[in-house]
Amino acid sequence: MKVLVAMSGGVDSSVAALLLREQGHDIVGVTMRLWGGESDTGCCSVSDVDDARRVAQQLDVDHLVFNFAEDFDAHVVDPYVRAHASGVTPNPCVECNRHLKFDRLLERADALGFDAVATGHHARINADDRGMLRVTRGADMQKDQSYVVHMLQGRALDRTLFPVGGLTKSDVRAIASSHGLRTASKPDSQDVCFIQSTAGREGFLAKRMEFNSADVVDTEGRPAGDVAAVELVTIGQRRGLNLGGGDKRYVVDVDVKTRRVVVGSENDLLTNEVVVKQLCWPHGSDEPLSTCDVLVQGSAHGARHAASITMESDDTVRLTWNKAQRRIAPGQTVVFYDLTDTYVVGGGIVTS
Amino acid sequence: MKGIGSLGHVSHESAVGKVGGYVYLDHAATSPLRPEARAAMDPFHDVVFANPSGSHRFSRVARRAIDEARDVVAEVIGCRPGEVVFTSGGTEGANSAIFGAVRRHGGTAVCSAAEHHAVLHCVEHVGGRVLPVSPTGALDATLVRETLRDDDGTSVVSVMAVNNEVGVISDMVEISRAVRRRAPKAILHTDAVQAACWLDLRDIWPHVDVMTLSAHKFGGPKGIGVMALRDGINLEPLIHGGGQERDRRSGTHNVAGIVGATAALAVTHASRTEEIARIKKLRDALIQELLSSVESCSLTVEDGQAVPGIVHVCIAGIENEALLYLLDEQGLCASAASACASGAMEPSHVLAAMGVQKSRAMGALRLSLGHTTTQQDIEAAVRIVADAAATLRSRSGTAGVR
Repeated sequence: MKVLVAMSGGVDSSVAALLLREQGHDIVGVTMRLWGGESDTGCCSVSDVDDARRVAQQLDVDHLVFNFAEDFDAHVVDPYVRAHASGVTPNPCVECNRHLKFDRLLERADALGFDAVATGHHARINADDRGMLRVTRGADMQKDQSYVVHMLQGRALDRTLFPVGGLTKSDVRAIASSHGLRTASKPDSQDVCFIQSTAGREGFLAKRMEFNSADVVDTEGRPAGDVAAVELVTIGQRRGLNLGGGDKRYVVDVDVKTRRVVVGSENDLLTNEVVVKQLCWPHGSDEPLSTCDVLVQGSAHGARHAASITMESDDTVRLTWNKAQRRIAPGQTVVFYDLTDTYVVGGGIVTS
Repeated sequence: MKGIGSLGHVSHESAVGKVGGYVYLDHAATSPLRPEARAAMDPFHDVVFANPSGSHRFSRVARRAIDEARDVVAEVIGCRPGEVVFTSGGTEGANSAIFGAVRRHGGTAVCSAAEHHAVLHCVEHVGGRVLPVSPTGALDATLVRETLRDDDGTSVVSVMAVNNEVGVISDMVEISRAVRRRAPKAILHTDAVQAACWLDLRDIWPHVDVMTLSAHKFGGPKGIGVMALRDGINLEPLIHGGGQERDRRSGTHNVAGIVGATAALAVTHASRTEEIARIKKLRDALIQELLSSVESCSLTVEDGQAVPGIVHVCIAGIENEALLYLLDEQGLCASAASACASGAMEPSHVLAAMGVQKSRAMGALRLSLGHTTTQQDIEAAVRIVADAAATLRSRSGTAGVR
């Protein structure tokens, strides 16, 4: 097969390329230039591109750089800023996978005559008991990334390869090391690639939007504190609210429009229901016709909780927890897994 | 052979094996070394290896080679030998001219928006002024007259003789007149890197104060260039040290480079008239065939305004990043715009300055011809470009997850 391997310059994608090459595929490595601004060592720093290119050279395969910076701005960075401005907490890594890796890059791979795109994600694509391809948990549950690639659907499932999904991270490093790949002991990338650790999310957003102060009140509406930037407040947050001691209190509601933050006890944070929109089903036809029991994961490496999901309309799912759970911030991605916690059933974005 | 310091992976054989059979139409990026340059350089790697600044007989041989080279370069440019300064290339030349003028004389720098980054980034760095260009990419002398003031503190004006992306030729005579009239104290620098193959430099030199060249664009080696600096024009040197090149550019002379550059420049100059006629024919055929066999393909700069070596087209509805991959796969080396440090292609600032719409600029393609280009290259190139463009069109519209 002719495979375009997305090489970030990290150890996982280096080994992904190595394995495909050893399996006899005809591969070309590509590093996507996504973020044009300053960053720590994120996906698109020059030194990471150097690492990707050097690994490709070591494997004796061609290496390309595609400039998708405009698409990244339009589909990831701008929406990230807009979402914060409207009080929503988005997951930019999910949007990057959705719009860049498994849309733009797949489209480019098609145009260039490649049969498949491969990445270094710790996830698998397996057939379920009905023979339908589904994103599947990676073999290493500590590193599983099925959550951030849950949106693969239809033809994209046929054309995507996750060569390291069946390996543990230590296997990956061992393979890299035994083949002398220069990325063998490179640290895992952390956090959002376009946000520098020095400036943080606040510093990044401060250059791109205005912050508004807000009153913090308790669930009875009594003043409890204040914040300088309501746009940076997230559900479940405890610090930075100027609450002045007392019992542990959490943000249970944020209203950017009225500039009001509500804090309450841990109990007030619990909810029985979540409304999910912008849904993704791996196969268009397999959304639950009625109610369906699933395990739900609400963050990249978060715990799974049992719930039932019900289609309310074509683009809305009502999720009812079996046991009340902490509220999930609007904008966050939830992914539904089957009850064996193996396959991705679907996913979407929390609205309330 | 592997180990520290070895280049086992880049053997001569593997490089030749990979390059053989390819059609090379990227001469504006660089040209292969001319055999004359290679032969001229050969003794200076080991036989005549001495430092020309030394005081022994070996040094005198090297020194003589540089002196003779300087005479030849001066003749090609039409300047005095003492006005020739050897540099490390075009970028150093541009940096020397702009920083050298501003650091010595104060004031500010002015250039056109279509300049090479070697000029543009220097001008931006000193907080200079960037003038808009006409839709052809050339700086209009009228605009120079309208925007420059003799009291605005302009100490250096930099205008490229030939644009490296679209190939348009500047009217240096008119621009010079305008600069002299409006900013008589300003130093006029021309980046003639893309001009050396196609224009008689003796026609440009009388109108400027500084002219910079890069040897690898005319079949010389990389890492060597020329800055012609008019007597009486003072620039603060960029590089200080042993005082070589009459204190204008320190650093041990790159003797082999200087000799190779000079040999290449001499051949370029001597064969220029015939080469222009030969390349024009190939260029005309290339343009005609591209326009007739590639759908939605248009010339970026109208015929007759560009040098014969550069053919720049925009193919509507095509992404050049994808196109270049297919061209490369089929054995055609071409280019689209400049690349950033990561190797990613940047949207062209030249096309943006010309007012070319983004949707059109996305399909920009530069095919540049040079001393090794043949009729067969042109025929193959047309076939490859037409096939690749058609392939991309036929495959478009397949979507991923969104």
